[in-house]
Amino acid sequence: MSSVSEPTRPPQEVGRHDVEPVNADPSDKPLYEGRKKIFPKRANGRFRQLKWIIMAVTLGIYYLTPWLRWDRGEYAPDQAVLIDMANRRFYFFMVEIWPQEFFFVAGLLVMAGIGLFLVTSIAGRAWCGYTCPQTVWTDLFLVIERFIEGDRNARIRLEDAPWTFGKIAKRVSKHAIWIVIAVATGGAWIFYFADAPTLADQFIHGEAPTVAYMTVAVLTATTYVFGGLMREQVCIYMCPWPRIQAAMLDEESLTVTYNDWRGEPRGRGKKRKAAAGVKTGDCVDCNACVVVCPMGIDIRDGQQMACITCALCIDACDDVMDKLGRDRGLISYATLADYNTNMAMATEPGTGRIDPDRVHTDDGHVKEGFRNFRWAHLLRPRTFIYTGLWAAIGIAMLFALGLRDRLEVNVLHDRNPVFTRLSDGSVQNGYTIKILNMKPEPRTIRLGIEGLEGGTISVNEINDEPARSVAVPVDPDKLRQLKVYVTVPRDQLPDETARFTFSVDDQTDQEHDEYRARFEVPED
Amino acid sequence: MSTENRDPHDREVDDVTGTETTGHEWDGIKELNTPMPRWWLWTFYATIAFSLVYTILYPAWPLVNTATTGLLNWSSRGDLSVAMAAQTEANADRFNAIETKSIEEIANDDQLRPFAIAGGRAAFKVNCVQCHGAGAEGGAGYPNLNDDVWLWGGTLEAIQTTLNHGIRYEQDDDTRISEMPAYGDGILENDEIRDVAWYVRKLSGQEFDAEAAERGEVTYVDNCAACHADNGEGMDDLGAPALNDALWLYGGSHEEIVSQVRQPKHGVMPGWLDRLGDTTVKQLTVYVHSLGGGE
Repeated sequence: MSSVSEPTRPPQEVGRHDVEPVNADPSDKPLYEGRKKIFPKRANGRFRQLKWIIMAVTLGIYYLTPWLRWDRGEYAPDQAVLIDMANRRFYFFMVEIWPQEFFFVAGLLVMAGIGLFLVTSIAGRAWCGYTCPQTVWTDLFLVIERFIEGDRNARIRLEDAPWTFGKIAKRVSKHAIWIVIAVATGGAWIFYFADAPTLADQFIHGEAPTVAYMTVAVLTATTYVFGGLMREQVCIYMCPWPRIQAAMLDEESLTVTYNDWRGEPRGRGKKRKAAAGVKTGDCVDCNACVVVCPMGIDIRDGQQMACITCALCIDACDDVMDKLGRDRGLISYATLADYNTNMAMATEPGTGRIDPDRVHTDDGHVKEGFRNFRWAHLLRPRTFIYTGLWAAIGIAMLFALGLRDRLEVNVLHDRNPVFTRLSDGSVQNGYTIKILNMKPEPRTIRLGIEGLEGGTISVNEINDEPARSVAVPVDPDKLRQLKVYVTVPRDQLPDETARFTFSVDDQTDQEHDEYRARFEVPED
Repeated sequence: MSTENRDPHDREVDDVTGTETTGHEWDGIKELNTPMPRWWLWTFYATIAFSLVYTILYPAWPLVNTATTGLLNWSSRGDLSVAMAAQTEANADRFNAIETKSIEEIANDDQLRPFAIAGGRAAFKVNCVQCHGAGAEGGAGYPNLNDDVWLWGGTLEAIQTTLNHGIRYEQDDDTRISEMPAYGDGILENDEIRDVAWYVRKLSGQEFDAEAAERGEVTYVDNCAACHADNGEGMDDLGAPALNDALWLYGGSHEEIVSQVRQPKHGVMPGWLDRLGDTTVKQLTVYVHSLGGGE
């Protein structure tokens, strides 16, 4: 976008849109302000294309993921992504997570947070502009609105028109489609929490759990209200992220910027002004950037909280610059550092006034030497640190995932009583033992004790004769809790509390876990 | 809201931001007017309306001794009883099974046993811990239920009978009953009692006075062996404890044995069948049997 683009056609005239930014006048305001309805005009261009693609991908992921299947054998569900609350299992393709492994999810959230920092430090509020659900669904709702009611001007006319049959028909069909989308959105959510085909069948026949209908109802309401009715109000008044962004950006972060060093003095009738000897900048004050803005603001007022950096104003302005035969990039992604450099070059030393002659060549192009986006912006200590942290956590989690146990034993020593003396003088300690078979297949686990000379274990429902180890069948993907008694005969009793080991082994896959336990004895 | 009626231009405009102030001022600090959205105001009013309706529908307003009950007549206690009823309903099949099956069948059923143990543990915490302790560890005079010593038998059936009818429980005709005579009341001389106590120490493998024990053996055979058996094995059917093991309900020192022979203490346990019902007693039985000493 930096290079000089030769106009293929003679410059065209550009009209002026009649529009006022919603936050235009900071004076004469009541203490509470009604929402000013925004009628964003359709934009065309590179960023709009990118947003269409991102919208298709993100919505596709959201709506279709629950329907993907993944074969885990007969003992586990075959849904690729499933949050099984009832059984406290989380399935993600080849990974199955038990509640005590929730740190993997916590790790993912940390990665998401650092990823957000990374993206924000590079490209500002790219999350807001491209991938935030609020942005994506508002975009989708706008597509419907535009399809039924037409583009900006038609919608404004319709808004002001009397309530004829045609207007009612358009409004009803628009809201009906919105509600259909909202129901589908709420509906897709619940499929992440149960077997999707089964739940869909139950849902249609009125047999699904109440919580499913409640969830769909709530998410339908929020989708409809946020995407259809509230839109930019959500970003401005309800979301904390715009407030945080100020701390996340630095002077090397890319933000959507109106380059006033080449745009000002803005104004119409440039030829007339030129003839009259008045210098003008590139901005023809056509308001194209304002009419396409889904937030209803004027980017020329500078970086502001309400700007979600969707970059549609860049598309709109580039379009105008092309028509005028001028260089693209009057509105562009730029860093504050570059902007300041350019501004310094464009202003008369001392006065601080922008001099268009310093910026433009005789034929109206931007002079060489003004800085535009450079990839070097990406390579900063800050982005390196974020990337490093992000990758380190990711690699650590992959390692942990690869090395994690699928067989575990937890032991809880009885506290009351800590020991029991038996009639023959031997001493017995009770333990609650939990064997975790985290594989979706039935396994027979050998539970035994190591150390503690003379000690034997007996388990109520497993063995009648005390033994050093017992074979315990454990159901697939289940925890088995056992009450285990360890007994040491009188003549082999240790003098004081003894340490020994409970071990669990799966002979077929050599998996092993153990627990260091204590054997308590009477003091006398 | 009154400011809306005022001429907007009489409000001061802040020089730096170009924004009007609200007219509020604290020690020279003036509040800029950054308007709240009107829907926020309506939401605020809606929450006020909601809370008013809520206090009418639900218990809220305090009165002198109580509070308004609300039109819906809701109470958390009512919620609890509904939840409890639902839980009982959900477990109806298991309770029925426990009611109809024998204690042996319940203990051998992999589905029923954990359920019975859980229910038994809960009932134990309410009804039994006062004497037997929270861990059923007992205490002086109160049997430890974790060990393998059972005065009246440690099989499931024996435990169930004991629980049903109690021990020396006068209100129940089927109660387990046995009473060791007070040998100090003129049956045995003090010397004989001391000698027999030494013999009992010998039976249980503790240190003893050999000479006295030899004399005591005669007294034992004549007076004690009928119930406590020849070698002190005891007799479950009579509730006569074994004297040849390591466990003593009332203590195993010479002094304590002498005391128990002279003027025996007799523990009492109420029968629980009438109070708790058959199902709960069965659950308690399986629980007590599972504590580590069940036969």
